[in-house]
Parts: sequence; structure tokens; C-alpha cells
Amino acid sequence: MANHSATHPAHVQHHFVDSDQQFESAKLGMWVFLVNEILFFGGLFCAYIVFRAWYPELFTQAALELNKLWGGVNTIVLIGSSLTVAMAIRSAQKNQTKGLRINLLITIALACVFMVIKYFEYEHKLHLGIAPGSFWNPTPEILHELSDPRANIFFGIYYMMTGVHGLHVLVGIGLMIWLYIRAGKGHFNSEYYTPVEITGLYWHLVDLIWIFLFPLLYLIE
Amino acid sequence: MAVAETKNLTTLQVKRFKPSDNPTNTYLTDEKGLWAWMTTVDHKKIGLMYLGAVAFFFALAGFLALALRTELWTPAKTFIEADTYNQLFTLHGAMMVFFVLVPSIPAALGNFVLPMQLGAKDVAFPRLNLASFYIYVFGAIFTFISLANNGFDTGWTFYTPYSSDANSAGVIWVTLGVFILGFSSILTGTNFITTIHKLRAPGITWGRLPLNIWALYATSIIQVLATPVLAITILLLSMENIMDIGIFDPALGGDPVLYQHFFWFYSHPAVYIMIVPGFGIISEVITTFSKKHIFGYWAIALSSLAIAFIGFLVWGHHMFTSGQSSVATTVFSFLTFLVGIPTGIKILNWVATLYKGSIDMKTPMLYVFVFLFLFTIGGFTGITLGALSVDIHLHDTYYVVAHFHYVMMGGTLMALLAGLHYWWPKMTGKMYNETLGRISAVLIFIGFNTTFLPQFVMGAQGMPRRYYNYIDQFTIFHQTSTIGSYILGVAFLIILYNLMKSLINGEKAPANPWNSRGLEWQATSPPDFHNFDHTPVIIHGPYDYHQPMEEFQLGLAVSHNGHGDHHEVTTDETEKA
Amino acid sequence: MGRLFDFMLPDNQSPLTADSTDGLFHFITEVSFILLVGITIALIYFAIKYKRKSEDDETPLITHNNTLEISWSVIPLLITLVIFGWGYSGWLNLRSVPDDAYEIHVNAFKWNWGFNYSNGAQTLNELHVPKGRPVKLVMQSRDVLHSFFVPDFRVKHDVLPNRYTYVWFQAEEAGEAQIFCTEYCGTSHSNMLAKVIIHEPDEFETWLETNGGGVSGSPVEQGEQLVSLQGCKTCHSLDGTKIIGPSFKGLFGKQETLSDGSTVTVDENYIRESILNPGAKVVQGYDNVMTPYEGRVSDDEISNIIEYLKTLK
Repeated sequence: MANHSATHPAHVQHHFVDSDQQFESAKLGMWVFLVNEILFFGGLFCAYIVFRAWYPELFTQAALELNKLWGGVNTIVLIGSSLTVAMAIRSAQKNQTKGLRINLLITIALACVFMVIKYFEYEHKLHLGIAPGSFWNPTPEILHELSDPRANIFFGIYYMMTGVHGLHVLVGIGLMIWLYIRAGKGHFNSEYYTPVEITGLYWHLVDLIWIFLFPLLYLIE
Repeated sequence: MAVAETKNLTTLQVKRFKPSDNPTNTYLTDEKGLWAWMTTVDHKKIGLMYLGAVAFFFALAGFLALALRTELWTPAKTFIEADTYNQLFTLHGAMMVFFVLVPSIPAALGNFVLPMQLGAKDVAFPRLNLASFYIYVFGAIFTFISLANNGFDTGWTFYTPYSSDANSAGVIWVTLGVFILGFSSILTGTNFITTIHKLRAPGITWGRLPLNIWALYATSIIQVLATPVLAITILLLSMENIMDIGIFDPALGGDPVLYQHFFWFYSHPAVYIMIVPGFGIISEVITTFSKKHIFGYWAIALSSLAIAFIGFLVWGHHMFTSGQSSVATTVFSFLTFLVGIPTGIKILNWVATLYKGSIDMKTPMLYVFVFLFLFTIGGFTGITLGALSVDIHLHDTYYVVAHFHYVMMGGTLMALLAGLHYWWPKMTGKMYNETLGRISAVLIFIGFNTTFLPQFVMGAQGMPRRYYNYIDQFTIFHQTSTIGSYILGVAFLIILYNLMKSLINGEKAPANPWNSRGLEWQATSPPDFHNFDHTPVIIHGPYDYHQPMEEFQLGLAVSHNGHGDHHEVTTDETEKA
Repeated sequence: MGRLFDFMLPDNQSPLTADSTDGLFHFITEVSFILLVGITIALIYFAIKYKRKSEDDETPLITHNNTLEISWSVIPLLITLVIFGWGYSGWLNLRSVPDDAYEIHVNAFKWNWGFNYSNGAQTLNELHVPKGRPVKLVMQSRDVLHSFFVPDFRVKHDVLPNRYTYVWFQAEEAGEAQIFCTEYCGTSHSNMLAKVIIHEPDEFETWLETNGGGVSGSPVEQGEQLVSLQGCKTCHSLDGTKIIGPSFKGLFGKQETLSDGSTVTVDENYIRESILNPGAKVVQGYDNVMTPYEGRVSDDEISNIIEYLKTLK
């Protein structure tokens, strides 16, 4: 393809005609992937809905064991990180490498705060013996509060949903560290910021899913 | 709207070239060595690697099928134990579904053909394409680990609570394997959707897309929407096995019927992942070998999409006897009939395409005829099974076994063989022996019907599926079926021999041996690494057999403003290189 | 009345549940057969008539034909709607149990069918029913999914561990009919068979009376009946052959090596534990597949079974 590669900028892969086509493709591909993610979590939401419809008292009772305050803090942390990732894209579009790096760094930091809080929540529950499935071994006080013998179903769903979501946060942290390094090498500018843009899309989805998880799991009245 | 159209109507000058019959450099000679193959991002090589892997698993699972049929020669034990038999039929089903049928047409043939039919140099995300292949291999390795860990005997459907029993390390491994495999399918689907939307060559409007592309497009939509649900279901099932989280286990407050809903929400659309790309191949082959414009282009294109969408709403027809709610049962039965209609339309359109054609019964066309006959039976028996009262009697009997073999093997596999023989010269640059090709098609037809027609009868008589022993009255049916399966085995060996022989000393294939109007045939055989040596400009639909051949040869736009936009194009110059 | 596809269906012993199903089956199969023949003839005719004469053949441009396409979409749609309605009404009938139905409870477990009658009679793998009277089976599984299927009655339903399901039928001729399990349930799935035995009404009453009241006799005799009724013999032989579990012959008092390598003497307590919680101590060389009998046998019954096992030297 001599007649094309001559006009190709370095960041455009050989099989694309131009930068626009590459950007559009990457963006469409990411949207398709996000639809797929929604369906993936959709399965868990379905399981949640079915069991909540079957055992409503159990869900109200079990949700009391979750810490609304820290769940709420985490929600704010993630919403904040969505804002900073949007600002990172804005910086890339305006050729501000420094701004891009700072915003990415804040996003990574917020994501880490989220994971640390999540860790302490898990840790506290495991300490009380509220563990998934066969590790279910609650202390007598907890057992008193959670009289329903099927309580472990709620926590099975809780651990699956938050666990899979947590994995997504970890993947997001990894992606943003990679972006941060590439930004440091000056890979991104107003002509080419596709990876920043599509990672941003991914991060918004991770955030959005948490915004559903928080009220569904923590705020059952 | 009218203003916009006039604005886009740019007149282009197009030069036309006939592809060389003796290419000097092809994708096969471009880079050599194992490492180059293993790290390639070329969609054609990845397609071939998928083809090899699919053929390997097909041979393995097919061999298991012969072992199963041999065991069923006598009502009691013939040569293997019940537990072995149960593991073998599970493995046969799981491998055929997850390792053969799902990836066969899209990931093997589709990968090879799709960018070429779009006039693109590759799929949108070549590295993801390679990743999808390795994920597939990785998933397969998990299955083999499972076999080393006591294996699994749950049936390919993994119904709980049987599959969530305590001592089942094998089930954990295989479910994780299927979980991983799902991502390979998702990546292929994502890649294809993006490629079809964004990488079409100038002149390929939605109305000029080959029907194979429409079919792959519909398939990719299903892959992307359904596979993640399988992934989460299988993940939950693994968690059930690893630590009893209780969602599907009745002993812990969960529900096995919920598992079935989850499972079939993927696995019914998955049936369309397997068959819809086959429809695409049939449209391509039938037009080429009858030298005729397809009858009802839009009906065929849109019915693929209709099947894709309605296909999501019929999963409950696998569960008429399961204890799901009565309302659900009624609705699912009704929708099942609706999904049958677009399929019927396609068959009639293909038959109508033959009318006044110029029909050449070459091997691929012979497979299309076999397809049309077998798949029609598969479709009709599907109607029988969709009828509520009749399904109560036939559910989980050999009638169902025969039905899905007619659809999956008589449908998907025949389409795959048609496509394989059709594109073989393009993929390898070699011609196979035509006589042997026809013999194998006829043998498959005979063997297939001998194997599966008796299964309709014994199923309707009451023979349940997944039975190691059976009562004496079914012996004659089982023995006929077993003989048929051996004929099938021989036929597949002939195909293998014929194709391998063509690789070694086959005649050299010209660029367009079938005189097809398809864009992929306007490249050399085998194609260049970049498929075409310039971005082609398309001025006719893929089935315009009433137009002279010269106009289908590769067009190079002499002047056009920018890329990606699709212009009206006129030719004014035809030139042979 | 002979129909083209009569050879495909088994005997019809319960016309009230089978007639609608059979009629629809014949209708669909016959219509399909006619259409299939039509399509096949068209294929062969076109292949011969329009055989390629030369590579330069020209073909007419026929892109579509609205009348034709609409008619072959709408007519099949109408036919399938008829089929849907017919199937739906047949299915409603299968789900609507007549009020005077005689009720029998069904216990499915790996790999047996247990039947409990209202007067306390119990049978294993033999379902006794009166002729000419609707019978309703209320079914439950004790372990995994099973499915109850009688081809001659055209009835089938899955049997689940966490809810009751039912089927009904009305046998019209004295005789026998085959019962199959049609939901895969493990090693001996294909041996999970049973027979329906259809009695004349008065004969059925007599049968009920003679078998009513459950097990009886000395502890050893009761134990022997229990071992039959509970389906133990499906997996444990009485003559020393190894089936799915260890044979009962000479079992009592024997030293067994367990899967973890330790040894145990088969005494009263070991047998009791193995009945109630079979997974606790599995003998080496066997899989842990037995269903726990916790809640299914009483302490007295366990004692009787142990007494019986002691006699199997």
C-alpha cells in the first residue's frame, strides 16, 4: 500500500484509510463492547431482581449489614473520578499533556481510594463471618440479626456484583496507568487521543454500574 | 435530504484491472515460519488458523460421535461403561457447540472473507482478532485440563443441581473454559460490527453489501448481546461449584429453573450464531453457480436481522416441560412460530433464485442442494417441536436429537462445507478434485439421512435422549443410525483427503475460477497481504450477473475527494492490465 | 383410521391426553411432507431444466416479486397460527386435571421412581392405576432434576427438587405402559425406568387393599421390604457384584478402606451415618453419588434395615 502509507501519520494503523476512520472505528468498537458489558452485568441484575421478588424480607434485613456511609462515600469518589477522566480527555484534545497527566493521576488516586474502602468493607464482613457460600460462618450476634437461613443468597449476589465490579475498577486502574505512561512519552495530542477517549468511555460505564449497585444493595428500605 | 444527496454525488473516474492469475507475492508467501504465523495480525491467516482448530475439534468430536453410535449398536453395554458414555456424549455436545459450530463460519471463513468482501485491508481491530484466537485456544486448554480432572458428565447444558454437585473439579474447569471461550466470540462479533460499519470501500452502500456480510452482521449482533449473559451464567455456575453461593442450588434456596432461563437466554440465540452465517454462504454460492441475481435481496438481508432479534425472545421453548410459568410457556410458543417465518422466506427465495438461472452443479452447489433439503426438514420439525402439546410428547427424545442435527449439521455444517469448497481456491490458490468433491457430497447426503431419519421415528415412539441402555424395540433404529454414521465418517475422510491432496499437488487456481461477481474474487488467488493492491471502488451490487464481467474487475478511483464517504461512481474507462 | 405417519407414534392408551397431540402431530407432519416434496421437486426440476449450457449463458434479471413474496410469507404465517392455537388448546387440556382424578404421589430419586398411594401403600418402579379413571400424579424429586414420561399417554413433566409438579392421564385399556426418565440425571439415567400397570377398577381396589399399610412383619422382613422400596438395590447388589455402591453381601462387620485412606468397621453406627449422610465416609473406589436419606427414613426403619443387612452373610 505504498500509495497510502506515504500519507499515513505514524499513529494510523496500516489498514485504516485515515486518522478519522481509525478514531471512529475505535469509538464504535468501544460502544459495542460497553453494550456487551451492560448485558454481562444485566445477568447479575436479573438474578438480583428474581431473588428480591422471592425473598423481599431477606433483602431488607440483609442490607442492614452493609455500611451505607462508606458505600455513599465510594459513590461520591467514583462520580468525582468520572469528572476527572472527562477533564483528562479535554486536556488531551487541547494538547495539554501536563493537564492530561495530572487528571489521570487524580483519577487513578480516586479509583484506589474506592478499592481501599471496598477492601475495608469486605474485611469487616469476613471478620464477622459474612462470607460467600460455603465460607458462610457468621458470629452469633450476626446470626441473631440475620435469622433468615437464606441470607447467604443475598451475600452471594452481593459478593458477585461488587466483586465483578471491583475487577472492572482494577482493570480501569491498569489502563489509566498505561495511559499515564504513554502521555509522559508525549503520545497523545489533539490529533490522536483515541485511547484516552475510549478508556474514558469505559470508566464512565464502571461508574454508572456502581451508581446502580449502591442503591440496589445498600439502600433497601 | 435531497440537497445532501446532490452534494454527495461526485462523479469519479475509475480505472479497471483484471487480477493476475499468477501472483508473485501472496499472503502465504509474504512472511514465513511458525513465529510469523503465531504473531500474525492478518485476518486471512487468523481465519486459516481458526479453520485448522475447528477442523481439529470437529474430527475429535466426530470421532466421539462414532464411538457413541458404536456403543448404541446393542441395547445394553457394547464396549464402554455408562459413566464413560455419559462423559463422551457431554464432550461431543460441548465441543461441537462451543469449539466447532459457534466459531466455524464467522471466525474461520468469515474472518477470511469479510474484509475482502468489504474491500478492506483487514478487520478493524487486527490485534483483537489474534487475541480472540488465543482466547479460544486457552479455553480449549481448560477443557482438556477438565478431562484430566475426572472430566464432566453433565450434558453440554450443565443443568443444575446435577452440575453443581460437590465433587466436580472437572465441571469447574470446563465451565471456566467455556467462560473464557465466550470472550473470543465477543471479540469477533465486536470486530465484525465495527468493520462492517466503518471499513467499507467506496461504493459499497448497505444495499450493495453481499448477503454474506448481512448474515455475519446479524450474527455479530447476537454474539455481542447474548454471549455476555452466558459468561455471567457460567461464572455463577462456577462459583456455585467452588463455594456454593446458592443461586441455582435448590438445597440452598436457589432455583434450577432460573439457571435454565439464564442458560437458554444465551444458548437459543447461539443456535442462530451457528446457523445465520450459514445462510450468508448459501446466498453467495447459489448466485455464483446459477449465474443469477439473488431473488429478494432485501427479504433475505432483513430476515437475518429479524431472526437475530426475535431469536432473543424464544429461549423458553426449551423449557415447556420444566415448570416455568404458563404465561411464559404460551408466549414463548407463539414467538417460536414467528421466528420460523423469516427462515421459511429465505428457503423459498433461494429456490426462486434458481428459476431461469444457469445452474452448474459443482461441489459447492451440490452442498447447497443438500443444505436446502436437510435444512427444510430441520425447519419443519422445528415447527412440530414449537407446538405446545406435541412438544410435551417429543421433548428430550431422539426426535429433538434428530431435529437439531438436521439444523446444525444439515444446516450449518453443509453451509460450511459449501463455503469451504467455494472459497478453497481463494484461500489456498489450489483447485481440488471435482469428482471426489461431488462423491463426498452425495455420500454425506446418504449417510446423514441414514443416521438421522430413523431418529425421528424412534424419538416420536418415545426413545429418550442421553440413554446408554435402551429397550429392545428401538434396536433396529439404532443400528440403522449407527451404519449411517459410519458412512458419514467415510465421507468426511474423503473430503479431508481431497482437500489435503489439492494442497500438495492440486492444480493452480485462477483468480476467479467460478466467474463470480463477488468482490473477494477480484483479488488474486491466494490474495496479496493487503487483499487488493489499491482500495477498490464499487459500482455494482454483488449479484449483478446481468452486467458484463469487466465492470466487476477491481476499480481504482482516479480522483476522489477524501475517504470513507460513499459516492455515486460512474465508470468511463475499462482497461485490462 | 390410518394416516400417513401413523408408524411414527406409539400406542395411544390415554385418548383424553393423547388425541389432540396426535392429531396435531399428523397435521404438521403431513403439511410439512407435502411442502418438502414440493420444494424438492422444484429443486430437481430447476437443476435439470436450467442446467448450464455454456460459460456464456445469460440469465434474466429478476430481483424480486412482491405478490409472490408476500403470499409465501403470509400463508405460512396463517398456517403456523393455526398450529399455535391447536397446540395451545391441547396443552391447556394437559394442564387441566379433571376434578375426580385419583391422586398418587411420586418420588423421583437417583435412579428410581417411588409411588405412594392414599391408603399408605408404596411401590417402587411400578405405578398401579385403575382403568377408565383420571389419575393425577403429584411429583417431587429428592435430588437432581428428573422428568416423568409415558409415551403411550403423551404426557411428560420435569420433576424438581424444590417444588411439586403434576401430570394427569386416563388409561383406557388394562395392560402395561413404559415410564422413562427424560431429564439426564447421571450414571444410571437410562435405567431409571418403570412400568404403569393398568388394572380393571375392581382389581385395582383389591390390589390397594392387599398392599395397603406399608411394610409389615418381623424387623428383618420389614428391613428387606424397605431395602426394595427405597431403591437401595439399584446401586447395592445382594450377591456381591459391584454396581455403583458396595454390595450388601457380607457387608456387616467388614473392614472397609475409605477414600482418605483410613479404615472403618461396618457397624450399626457406620451404616446409620451412611444412610443419613452418605458423603461423610465414602469407601475407596466408589464415587460420592448417593442421595442423603435424612428425613426420608425413620430411626425404626434404619434399625430394621440394619437387622436385614446383618442377615446377608
